[in-house]
Amino acid sequence: MNTQTQAFPAPSSLKVLPGTEAAQAAYPYYMQFTAADDQRFWFYNSMHFPEPMSAFDMVTAEAAYCALGSSTTRVHCIPTTLGIDYRILNGRVYIGGNAVTDPAEIARRTHEFQQRAFYYYGNWERLYAQWREKMLTLINEAQALPKLELPELEPLANVHAGRGIAANHQLLEIYQKTLEGYFRMWHHHFEFLLLGYGAYMTFFAFCKKAFPEISDQTIARMVAGIEAEIFRPDEEVRRLARRAVELGVDDEFREGRTAQAVLTALESRGTAGRDWLGELAVSRDPWFNINVGDGFYHYHRSWNDDLSMPFAGLPGYIARVRAGESLERPIEALKQQRRQLIEDYRELLASDEERQAYDQMIGLAHRVFPYVEGHKFYCEHWYTNLFFNKIREFGALLAAHGFFAREEDVFQLTHYEVEAAIIDLMTSWSNGSPPRGPQHWPPIVRERRAAIAEWAKHSTPPALGPVPEVIDDPAIVMLWGITRESLDSWLRAGDASSRELRGFAASSGVVEGPACVVRSVEEIARVRPGDILVCQITNPTWAPIFQKIAGAVSDIGGSMSHAAIVAREFGLPAVVGTGTATTRIRDGQRIRVDGGRGIVTLLS
Amino acid sequence: MTAFAHIAWFDEIGLGDREQVGGKGGSLGELTRAGISVPGGFVVRTGAFERFLATLERQAPVRAAVAALEADDLDAITRCSRALRERIEAAALPAEVAADLTAAHARLVRSRLAQPLAVRSSATCEDAQQASFAGLQDTYLWVRGLGEITRRVRSCWASLYSVESISYRLKQGFPEERVAMAVVVQVMVDAAASGVMFTRSPTTGDRSVVTIEAAWGVGSAVVGGEVTPDRWVLGKITGEVSTREISDKHIQHVAAEQGGVAAVAVSEERRRIPCLSDAELQELRSLARRIEGHYGRAQDIEWAIDREGGAIRLLQSRPETVWSAREAAPIAKPEQDPLMHLLSVFGTRRCR
Repeated sequence: MNTQTQAFPAPSSLKVLPGTEAAQAAYPYYMQFTAADDQRFWFYNSMHFPEPMSAFDMVTAEAAYCALGSSTTRVHCIPTTLGIDYRILNGRVYIGGNAVTDPAEIARRTHEFQQRAFYYYGNWERLYAQWREKMLTLINEAQALPKLELPELEPLANVHAGRGIAANHQLLEIYQKTLEGYFRMWHHHFEFLLLGYGAYMTFFAFCKKAFPEISDQTIARMVAGIEAEIFRPDEEVRRLARRAVELGVDDEFREGRTAQAVLTALESRGTAGRDWLGELAVSRDPWFNINVGDGFYHYHRSWNDDLSMPFAGLPGYIARVRAGESLERPIEALKQQRRQLIEDYRELLASDEERQAYDQMIGLAHRVFPYVEGHKFYCEHWYTNLFFNKIREFGALLAAHGFFAREEDVFQLTHYEVEAAIIDLMTSWSNGSPPRGPQHWPPIVRERRAAIAEWAKHSTPPALGPVPEVIDDPAIVMLWGITRESLDSWLRAGDASSRELRGFAASSGVVEGPACVVRSVEEIARVRPGDILVCQITNPTWAPIFQKIAGAVSDIGGSMSHAAIVAREFGLPAVVGTGTATTRIRDGQRIRVDGGRGIVTLLS
Repeated sequence: MTAFAHIAWFDEIGLGDREQVGGKGGSLGELTRAGISVPGGFVVRTGAFERFLATLERQAPVRAAVAALEADDLDAITRCSRALRERIEAAALPAEVAADLTAAHARLVRSRLAQPLAVRSSATCEDAQQASFAGLQDTYLWVRGLGEITRRVRSCWASLYSVESISYRLKQGFPEERVAMAVVVQVMVDAAASGVMFTRSPTTGDRSVVTIEAAWGVGSAVVGGEVTPDRWVLGKITGEVSTREISDKHIQHVAAEQGGVAAVAVSEERRRIPCLSDAELQELRSLARRIEGHYGRAQDIEWAIDREGGAIRLLQSRPETVWSAREAAPIAKPEQDPLMHLLSVFGTRRCR
């Protein structure tokens, strides 16, 4: 197919939706498209930002791309790529790679890369152990930030201590530390990430050459860890199911009963009930600090904030415990299976020379991959959760002073505007005059909420600008799994008459059933046993409901995504990264999921 | 066990006996000894053919007549072929060959005198490394009774002198005195479905997949290209089915009244459904791994599923020749510093 003549729409041809211009203008100037951007290829980062971004949530793109680019461009000096440029339009984040093409520059950067990245690989275990310490320190610092207080008068103790700095200043200090900590966290996030993916990609590319027909998921199974942190939250839910049966309080966990109702009931079940609540507290810290999304949106609340996800899984697990299942993951058997898989493919190689190269590459991938799997829990889940909750505290304070109606409204302001509102409040406390915010912000918040609702109604092109001949930017290939083939399928996707959707084959098996199209976690209660879950993105936090569904389809994700890893372990047919499943599939429509081939067929 | 001078049972022979039992006979013996389910049978050794030929040669030259032909003189080849085949098919078997065949047949069919058998050519020039002779010699299916078996053994010998075989040998410069034919006689599998499988991808050469092609009935329809088979590609290690192409299998080969096979139409409801179950695919895959493991190289395997009992029977296995012949450079070599592998991803602009 000749795609030379084909192109995606130019950024300048994409218009801000009528009535949302002011909301669009709220995003900082450096995120807005300009005419020069028409010459470049951009794609919609639906993997990380599948929904329109509120003004505040853009901080995640900002902090993440700032840190990602620092790592690739200046810290490790990846020879062939600089960082990621990003723009926002109609709440959607478009990104573009920044390839290095000059051979002399590549050579110079290769030399630097070997001084920098190779050092990291060479000292991986020590640096990764150090990384965990740094991350826990960062988390502790965030947890230690004081509660927000704005007393009527400066406490007498402070005056007598000669503190000299008044209480209102602490608001600015805490806010700036909160924001600074978030930017810092993203640097930690990317400290090892590209290097970890790179080792995986090296092994992946070798396997694809040696075994042209090997599936992505088979390679993923050879590399993926078995005791990774991502499995832990679901393991805790299983543990709680076992404890409920052991303590004889399992009758309180019934399908459809709210978490709050269960908790209340357990409080009146004497010692056994209290014991189970004690077990719950143990699991919650830290393992329930996991978001129901990827942690990039303020409304991706954690299990700790909303117990409905883990509690939705408990009745099913309890039924299995009663039926005599242990629910323990068979760790040793899984490890043995992985060893056997690696050994069997090794045997198929053509020569001992290839086997030695294979050993070197899988060895490296195994050394570095625990980081790739482990960092998410600390960064995207635990830390991000603390961050958004701290901002929520500012929202509550500002709402209490009449800046807007609800604490959640704070997320309609950019992080610059939140700081402005805080200074407004600080000023008002200082000068004794009412703050200006209560007049200023409510109409803006209304306007921005309306804009997000409007943007969400419209789909956005998967890519913009000229079609590149090849996609070989390692960062884009590694992190987004985008290849030239994906572009071709996006170009074809305009043809909506097809009954088939293609994505990544995430977990093999074929299943037919009714689709349950879930657009947000609040809808999770609608999922019925035997349904095929269709959602924008799944992650390990959805694991508790994996036991009752027949298959899963997502808009976003690759074969190494956590959803794919968990689906494989559940033996659940899954296709991820279809791009359009939630828009093309109707709720209740019968579909067939072929997880081995990555194809979803619309049957009715 | 009575020793037969001219007969070898499958469990007595292996690939090393190809000189006496031909390529197909050696392969079936090898598989039988490896514990793989091969329909029972024996081979009429090349010695029997030599004895038979010696009698003919005394009457008039055979090998010298062929050796004297020009490879491009098709008329002469055709005349010579017709004459030789008529002589072979009319001649009686030497007495001791006939005696061995009679006894071996009796032992194979026991009391079931009408047990259908397959009589298959097994030429010595059907070299294990080079499958090119495949298909040039005859196979006879659903042969019943000693008289018919004897006739078909002679037909197999005669097929060595078909126009195609003679032409091929002349073109290849293959010496006539080294040409000999053994004949396989084995229990006929009444196949519910049958086909071929490759332990390397025929399209990409991938060693990690097994490609299976199959259709209803006896495999002659698949091998002969008379029906478009269903096609599956399975991960050799994982068993994952990556390709399922179910085709319109309009005919199948079944036993004919008068012996041999006949093409009959497949009923409308069975034409477009898969002729193998997933369990059968997995069983074939594990069989493919076993056979490949036994030979230590990629194989091209013919098999059938017995209508009675549903067991899979192996009919032939020969080395894959196309990809194995290609000397590919190693995909990667070990590096002094394993980290250098990373530059294949980070350090170069990859071109396609």
